[in-house]
Amino acid sequence: MATAITEIKVTPEIAAEHGLSADEYARVKQILGREPNITELGIFSVMWSEHCSYKSSKVHLKRLPTRGRVVVQGPGENAGVVDIGGGLVACFKIESHNHPSYVEPFQGATTGVGGILRDIFTMGARPIAILDSLRFGELVASKTTTEEDAAKNRRVLDGVVRGIGHYGNCFGVPTVGGEVGFEPCYSQNPLVNALALGIARKEDIFLAKAKGIGNPVIYVGAKTGRDGIHGASLLASAEFTEESQQKRPNVQVGDPFVEKLLLEACLEAMRTGAIVAIQDMGAAGLTCSTTEMASRGGTGIEIDLAKIPQRETGMTPYEIMLSESQERMLLVAEKDRESEVLDVFKKWGLDAVVAGSVNDGGVVCIKNHGRVAAEIPAHPLAEEGPVYQRPIGQPGLKKETAANWFAFTPEGADLTQNFLKLLASPAIASKRWITEQYDTSVRTNTLAGPGASDAAVVRVKESLDSESGVMRALALATDGNGRWCQLNPRVGAMHAVAEAARNVACSGAKPIAATNCLNFGSPEKPEVMWQFSQTIDGLGEACLALGTPITGGNVSFYNETLGRSIYPTPVIGILGLLEDSSKVMKLAFRSDGDDIFLLDGPLAGNRSEHGGAMVPASDPAREFSSSEYSKTISGIVAGQPPAIDLAAEKRLQDCLVALASESVLASAHDISDGGFAVTLAESCFASNELSAQVNLDEAGPAEEVLFGERGARAIVSAKQTSIARLQEIARQYGVAATRIGRVTSAGTLRIQLNGSSVIDSPLATLHDTWAHSLERMLKVS
Amino acid sequence: MKFGVVVFPGSNCDHDAFYAIGNILKKPVEFIWHQSENLANCDAIILPGGFSYGDYLRTGAIARFSPVIKAVEKFAHGGGLVLGVCNGFQILCEAGLLPGAMMRNSGLRFICRHVHIRVEQTDTPFTSAARKNQILKLPIAHSDGNYNLDENTVADLEKNRQIIFRYTTPDGSDDAAGNPNGAMHNIAGVCNRERNVVGLMPHPERAVESAVGSADGLVILRSMVEALAGAAKATA
Repeated sequence: MATAITEIKVTPEIAAEHGLSADEYARVKQILGREPNITELGIFSVMWSEHCSYKSSKVHLKRLPTRGRVVVQGPGENAGVVDIGGGLVACFKIESHNHPSYVEPFQGATTGVGGILRDIFTMGARPIAILDSLRFGELVASKTTTEEDAAKNRRVLDGVVRGIGHYGNCFGVPTVGGEVGFEPCYSQNPLVNALALGIARKEDIFLAKAKGIGNPVIYVGAKTGRDGIHGASLLASAEFTEESQQKRPNVQVGDPFVEKLLLEACLEAMRTGAIVAIQDMGAAGLTCSTTEMASRGGTGIEIDLAKIPQRETGMTPYEIMLSESQERMLLVAEKDRESEVLDVFKKWGLDAVVAGSVNDGGVVCIKNHGRVAAEIPAHPLAEEGPVYQRPIGQPGLKKETAANWFAFTPEGADLTQNFLKLLASPAIASKRWITEQYDTSVRTNTLAGPGASDAAVVRVKESLDSESGVMRALALATDGNGRWCQLNPRVGAMHAVAEAARNVACSGAKPIAATNCLNFGSPEKPEVMWQFSQTIDGLGEACLALGTPITGGNVSFYNETLGRSIYPTPVIGILGLLEDSSKVMKLAFRSDGDDIFLLDGPLAGNRSEHGGAMVPASDPAREFSSSEYSKTISGIVAGQPPAIDLAAEKRLQDCLVALASESVLASAHDISDGGFAVTLAESCFASNELSAQVNLDEAGPAEEVLFGERGARAIVSAKQTSIARLQEIARQYGVAATRIGRVTSAGTLRIQLNGSSVIDSPLATLHDTWAHSLERMLKVS
Repeated sequence: MKFGVVVFPGSNCDHDAFYAIGNILKKPVEFIWHQSENLANCDAIILPGGFSYGDYLRTGAIARFSPVIKAVEKFAHGGGLVLGVCNGFQILCEAGLLPGAMMRNSGLRFICRHVHIRVEQTDTPFTSAARKNQILKLPIAHSDGNYNLDENTVADLEKNRQIIFRYTTPDGSDDAAGNPNGAMHNIAGVCNRERNVVGLMPHPERAVESAVGSADGLVILRSMVEALAGAAKATA
């Protein structure tokens, strides 16, 4: 019924079906000065969807720090850009593809990766690394998860991992890091956040501003089909219901081969010097690219849809404008030089057609075979959409007493069995089963791939100084603890920044900038907006304190199913710069006999901050109840995230970077999920069969000392000849460096607390549990 | 001496091969476009890894019909050195320049990790710089590396000493644990009867600097350089 849809008369009911409120619809009519036709209504509905317009988040996002010495391009373009010296810039961004990945895990994940890669090379940067931050429901049945749900979660994980691998492996960019978490709340709403990093020369960065009256507007890449129509508005901007499986046709389908061709062709076409502006077609496809390019350039654009390469016959203007077919770009070339651009795309076997031109009218005019199909002022459509100050309401505090908290095991008990359970939990266990399905070594830049260092580290070959032979490297880590954010969104968000930055510092790199992906429930719920607002405050504060301005990212609302929201889950990606790539630090112990130190940026005084108010340092059980150990061993998720001291974090990170720059350390690994014991064990697991013997002199319950997750700490090792320098640098930065033991080749992990043994186990037993747990869980079916 | 790295649409290890030859070995190297019917007077050709033409039909099955492969066939029949890595190996099999065929990995998943291979024969231009039974640590990254042959062909290959590399454990044993993909008889790489065409699944070009995990791939590339230098001397 190709023609029928264009003739549908728009009514308030149809506007409502498109997700536009009565007010929004009134505004559409005001901007146009008339009733919209169905194509125009479709265009407004996607541009003003939550996903594209940020209408609920805009007022809060303004509070984030986005400026800094190294920031070349902050939020608002396709990706953030930071200066990494030597005339080079790094271009990076993280984005969500949550809903599509639940409806159709493989395709949802592939197009998530494809979308973020396009954002990077649209800017003129060659992608060099991908990271993925994933959250799933529990993989095995439990009190909180039925077997049916667990099986579904395993299928979703499998599809997502295959999808990420399929796209990145074929495209030829290594997937080098990220993290995976598991909580029951992600069972019906997994999170798939993909981060991509690219490199360009500073002067070669491209922006998406349509300039130059009369310049041709060129469509390149894959043909337009009926896939993904309303992906942004109906999938990404509404919560799930029982009918969500019917949304499968809204999921886009990715083709990494075409994207690889598009990458090479775009970079080659950019080198001709004939391209003025370029934007990828992601969410809201042709609609978003035409409107935003015209709006940013202060110009108008006219295109004729008859010229757009189409995969199917009989597509209406509505369908063509709203299609989210993948692997497409819109670009503006210099007048009379279009053939230079078209020739490059032809060489790579891609469609490229002049579809229209830039004008000075300030209007996006969409024609179809010469007849006007839609005509909308660009700026009001792109920039004057609705902005909401949504109601905020702090949820009523649950009565919280010590009775709800974790009960510590009496002194003297052997904790090895619990330690094994913790090592087997999917959050802690080795992710090798997942990461081996990703190409981690293509492009030969990977200095530290998954599990080698706390952050992924890739060198930048273009930065080679031919005289000194020194090359720079970039480190990237993502982090976000939804459980902590649920308990205290502000402090949880601060921890996300602090841990990602600490990971980067543990690799030896100095944290320089951030990107964020904010995954939340429905913004129409006051408590969700409270979580969001608190999160923004926490992120802002932490990013300021740690010197990592936010350069971009995305907001994903409506992560809920049947009215139940996910934990608020801000995922932070931190980028770090390592001036000399040979100074990269890894987490594996290196040599028998090396000394092991605990680095601790101690908290200021005995008062800590929780949710804005300074409160006395609490009962240790209160913080411990939010730990991975408490959840795994007792099923208790309660209390508060650990207290955070950003100044202490900063001291520790600066200290680690200084230690790396002088190559003082043999290994460095930050203490996070699973606490001290897990961190120590991981440094053994990653090594060539080395183990450790340590003694801690600390007050407090053994479980808290071993498994508590307080930040600003790291376990490092060093040769005896480096110890004096280690202690000197630590003193200089105000970090406590305590010698706790040494690396051994005894094959046994021994941890003593105040002289008595608390964990004593053959390393092989611990390693087997940790290394194969995930695989064992996934084989269950 | 000049190396040529073929670029198919979808090749994604072409830059790495180029870098290994040009920047690490510092030898002349250029890219050769898939539609080219001549090999720009190169003395050795590398078919790099990747997903040529998207590999939709079967790995290497479309690339086999490209114009450049016609030229590579002619070059190989004339005794020119041809190295196929990963997708390049798959293409050489499809083109009939090497025996055998690739199936999906036995685990039915893409695998990327460092593996160990043993140099079985050193009398080839690709292994002359290696010691017999030398163990090399190289990365693999593929879905279809499950090398398959009929037993008669295997016997033939054994007889003519065409099995050049075998997967092994780090200490050199033939234990199945060293075989990542189910390849028959742990075969990781073979040559043609004339020994001037070699294909292998692991990536020597990704292992040319210890900073990225291993420099063991250099022995293969250096062997090629020595062979070319020797040939140049012989004709001079």
